[in-house]
Amino acid sequence: MAAMLKKHVWETVMTGRTLYDKLWDSHLVKQNSDGSSLIYIDRHVIHEVTSPQAFEGLRLADRKPWRLDTNIATPDHNISTDKAERDAGVAGMADEVSRIQVQTLDDNCDLYGIKEFKINEMGQGIVHVMGPELGATMPGMTVVCGDSHTATHGALACLAHGIGTSEVEHVLATQCLVAKKMKNMRVTVNGTVGAGVTPKDVVLAIIGKIGTAGGNEHAIEFAGSVFRDMSIEGRMTVCNMAIEAGARVGMVAVDQKTIDYCKGRQFVPKGEMWDQAVEYWNGLVSDEDAVFDTEVELHADDIAPQVTWGTSPEMVAAVTESVPTLDQQPNEEKRKGLERALEYMGLEGGQALTSIYVDRVFIGSCTNSRIEDMRAAAAVAKGRQVASSVKQVLIVPGSQMVKAQAEAEGLDKIFIAAGMDWREPGCSMCLAMNADKLGAGEHCASTSNRNFEGRQGNGGRTHLMSPAMAAAAAVAGHIVDVRSFVGGDQ
Amino acid sequence: MKAFTTHRGLVGPMDRANVDTDMIIPKQFLKSIKRSGFGPNLFDELRYQDEGQPGADCSNRPLKEDFPLNFPRYKGASILLARKNFGCGSSREHAPWALEDYGFNAVIAPSYADIFYNNCFKNGLLPVILTEEQVDVLFKEMEAEEGYQLTVDLPSQTVTTDSGHVFSFELDEFRKECLLNGLDEIGLTLKEADAIKQYETERAAQHPWVFGAIK
Ligand code: SF4
Repeated sequence: MAAMLKKHVWETVMTGRTLYDKLWDSHLVKQNSDGSSLIYIDRHVIHEVTSPQAFEGLRLADRKPWRLDTNIATPDHNISTDKAERDAGVAGMADEVSRIQVQTLDDNCDLYGIKEFKINEMGQGIVHVMGPELGATMPGMTVVCGDSHTATHGALACLAHGIGTSEVEHVLATQCLVAKKMKNMRVTVNGTVGAGVTPKDVVLAIIGKIGTAGGNEHAIEFAGSVFRDMSIEGRMTVCNMAIEAGARVGMVAVDQKTIDYCKGRQFVPKGEMWDQAVEYWNGLVSDEDAVFDTEVELHADDIAPQVTWGTSPEMVAAVTESVPTLDQQPNEEKRKGLERALEYMGLEGGQALTSIYVDRVFIGSCTNSRIEDMRAAAAVAKGRQVASSVKQVLIVPGSQMVKAQAEAEGLDKIFIAAGMDWREPGCSMCLAMNADKLGAGEHCASTSNRNFEGRQGNGGRTHLMSPAMAAAAAVAGHIVDVRSFVGGDQ
Repeated sequence: MKAFTTHRGLVGPMDRANVDTDMIIPKQFLKSIKRSGFGPNLFDELRYQDEGQPGADCSNRPLKEDFPLNFPRYKGASILLARKNFGCGSSREHAPWALEDYGFNAVIAPSYADIFYNNCFKNGLLPVILTEEQVDVLFKEMEAEEGYQLTVDLPSQTVTTDSGHVFSFELDEFRKECLLNGLDEIGLTLKEADAIKQYETERAAQHPWVFGAIK
């Protein structure tokens, strides 16, 4: 007993540890001699796509969930965002294969007694919007979900990462994961970002710098004045895309903003237990003498609004720049990659990014569908009209709570007046598992996180950007620098 | 879980870097609630001319003839030769399920995305890491020789070519053991039930808010 206690260092009594080290140490159940560890999982978030086979596995092995009060579930990936279809509930889902999957989630949660926010219930939303806003994810926790953007929750100084379906089953059955400690990376961005430069631009610039594999095998901590100045929702946008830089984990240390964000949310402690939690949470920062395996630095002055032009998030540039040319590429592999990307995207090397016309616009996804994102898009849309050449502008709030708040602020009316579609919460055109998708060859200004081939629909061409930039593109009909746009120059 | 010890088989190519999981298995197939049957839709958008639908029969769909895995010479390939950062993107375990269901037993690449790499081991699929130079050698040999085969041996952690190259690769001891013996990882963890309960008791005393909040 005494030996066990010593191993679990919950107080920050040791020096020289990173935030990741602290989170890791406090969840270590057992260190094995082969280098692997058994790590305790505090919160498990479940959705319809990656869980059915895990529940099936439990049943086949005659096992039960280890703990119930750790799990929280919701459907998000393949539900419709269309009001009429949503009003008809699960039974009214037009796509039969999707309907069965959502029904299976409901059935599994009912069977085992797992807390689920069902399709049209207040609380439902994209898993990574829902967890933090309900206070289901809190600082200092280990959080997992069968979805690679789970790093989002790291904005609250959680150790959060995506897992596969076998691990979903493992967590359900044992409340633990077999893991190997990652390396520590710190990405520091100091300075103050300029007007029109948002958290999305900061994280896209980071990915542009380190590449989509730059963070492989690392847990990233985002540090520096830019992140300290950022809202918690902005930090979520940044941590969300850690996986696009190759890192399963992205985190920001606790500060007063973290505490203020958590306060009063549904599942956070109250009264004396709240004070106790806050005292612990305040220690969730990297020690000053902590050493990182890898350090990356950027400066805020160098970050302009960003747009991706290719088929990987690292194929990104400032909106003022042009699509790269073949002769700028350092080697054959890069040339081949660029050639393929340009062909898929239907672009010419050297053409200005602002010369790219968009067919559709998508504002949503776990990266950018929170209330601040809705406000940023509405600020641009207000009093303006969607360009006649744009076929559709989807505004998809990340959760029922975001939707309700946006409607209370009248944002929905601004979008509708501008000619945009105000939809029901879900993943929507981020991955196009439901009816919201691009046609072949269509260009889309999108606030989501992946511009892979076919991600938003077979043959679709995605340009990732911030909500303000996407709203500006909707109005202009082409990619445009929101800074000049808001100034009224165009 | 399926065990992996040693495998000799035909090699097929996926000659591009950063192959993401959307490419390996597009999202419409993720609607399935089953673990099997994804093989015909592996690399669906690269492989077929039309758009694949879940549950539809693929046997008569028009193939993209310039997609190497469609070449007759690679039919029946069971080792996939790939480039760096293979399997990046989403956490979907449907990616290794599709590779495995198609008939692959091993993948050889210079690097993998972390979640994909981890997922492979849960499904008896061995992701081998060789250097970029070694992978280049294998690509050249494969292109030069129809019916090109390799031997991947897990106990000795080697990839052997008929031309006499023996390339060693690294992997974690724990993963190797599980794969060699086809161990049930959940069963192994449940053997630690006492340690897990002990942890929970101590943690609940220190951080009570972590428990009981969600009902
Ligand atoms: S919004 Fe997109 S990235 Fe986020 S959880 Fe849904 S599908 Fe995944």
